[in-house]
Amino acid sequence: MVEAVAFYSLAALILGFGVLVVTAKSTVHSVLFLVADFLCVAALYVTLQAQFLAVIQVMVYAGGIVVLYLFVVMLVNLKRPPEAHSDPRRMGRLGLVMAAAVMVELVAIFALGWSKPEVTGGGGLSPNNVEQLGRLLYQDYLIPFEVASVLLLVAMIGAIVLAKREL
Amino acid sequence: MVEAIILPLVKIVIVLVAVLVTVMYIVLLERKVQAWVQVRLGPMRVGPHGILQPLADVLKLFVKEDITPVKADKWVFTAAPIIVLVPALIAFAVIPFGKTVTLFGTTMPGYIADVNVGLLYIVSVAGIGIYGIILGGWSSNSKYPLLASLRASAQLISYEIAVTMTLVTVIMLSGTLSMVGIVDAQLAKGWWFGFMQPVAFAIYFIGGLAETNRAPFDLPEAEQELVAGFHTEYSGMRFAFYFLAEYANMIVVSTVATTLFLGGWLAPFPNVPALSLLGLVPGWAWFILKTFLFLYVFLWVRATLPRYRYDQLMRLGWKWLIPLAILNVVVTGLLKVLV
Repeated sequence: MVEAVAFYSLAALILGFGVLVVTAKSTVHSVLFLVADFLCVAALYVTLQAQFLAVIQVMVYAGGIVVLYLFVVMLVNLKRPPEAHSDPRRMGRLGLVMAAAVMVELVAIFALGWSKPEVTGGGGLSPNNVEQLGRLLYQDYLIPFEVASVLLLVAMIGAIVLAKREL
Repeated sequence: MVEAIILPLVKIVIVLVAVLVTVMYIVLLERKVQAWVQVRLGPMRVGPHGILQPLADVLKLFVKEDITPVKADKWVFTAAPIIVLVPALIAFAVIPFGKTVTLFGTTMPGYIADVNVGLLYIVSVAGIGIYGIILGGWSSNSKYPLLASLRASAQLISYEIAVTMTLVTVIMLSGTLSMVGIVDAQLAKGWWFGFMQPVAFAIYFIGGLAETNRAPFDLPEAEQELVAGFHTEYSGMRFAFYFLAEYANMIVVSTVATTLFLGGWLAPFPNVPALSLLGLVPGWAWFILKTFLFLYVFLWVRATLPRYRYDQLMRLGWKWLIPLAILNVVVTGLLKVLV
């Protein structure tokens, strides 16, 4: 009962903030709603007994990445959205295609794989799931983890090269 | 019912009141310490030796006119001081003031919550506080606050890396992220981590000075260049919120340093029978004593050291502290494997 109330109110908040992110007039307000959205997602993780994920969500997304968004938005000082390269009808059509794709995906998931995933959470997880997560990341899934970090490194070097013409 | 809801609420109220009163009196202590360093008397008029000065200051802040600049972004301008203050206060949720505390005749845990990600919780909550500073500077729609908030956030983000790296070494030694677990690990090892990890301790403290925008890293509020920094346009209670947050953050940094490096609530030499007399003093008293040691050093440093130049600040952070902190992690790991 308590869990259901927590879930539905958090879900409503997440969706509400999500809508506000795309409808807010000022870009800075959008970014702020995005932060609120991420915080609600973190709260959702807490209700799922995934405290580590919740804290990382706050630290990396709310505290790290969005701060950079905010920097960019503040520094470029967008008074109005850049209309120059946005043909509203083309954007609308693109949005329709995207929405249809997501719809198809959802239908496929619910129709074909409706069987609920095996639930290991809740009682099955030991309270100290940081340790479990660490073992999974650094023992069982070490290579994917390292590949992902190399990918991030490549992206970072790429960004530096693009930004700095003469090194 | 009582255990689950009433007790934590009582503890939350006690901690909040204690933090707010401590902030009021640290401001007085800061003025006094600075005055003594400069061979002055400091506040002397309100009460004996100025002991009631904080009350007068708070009253003044309450009744001052609260001005919002015409061209400010009103919503963000109002929200920013709150965004900066709330994280500073909720960080205290996981600080262990003692293993057990006896209150009204009942013994209970000396912390509000012991989560298994306590340390990360503090780091992540501190990250949210940055928004209050950036947004306060931006929403004022004035150039000095904007410049100061850019400085402040760049400084915070740079030093956060080094500080987080020092936390990693502590976690490697203790094997847990829980704040209570970290103190227990220091008891079990027989060493405060401050002695096992002097480099991490030093980097943490320097980073703590920078993250709370204290001297010698108080560039975001360098008067000569930026009027008053990111809160130039704020007045009355909203300004007080920024002020409160800065000092609350100082207390957070001090309590975390106490927990991680100076054995939290442990008495000195808890494993030496000859000195077991020291254990008669309750744990929370040791904790508060150690915390005030740090707070005093904060004030002392401010009265002693001149402010860094911005490029010096960045060079210290990126070229010295971060590589040193990473090296420290590597050395700690090697020692852990070899020894």
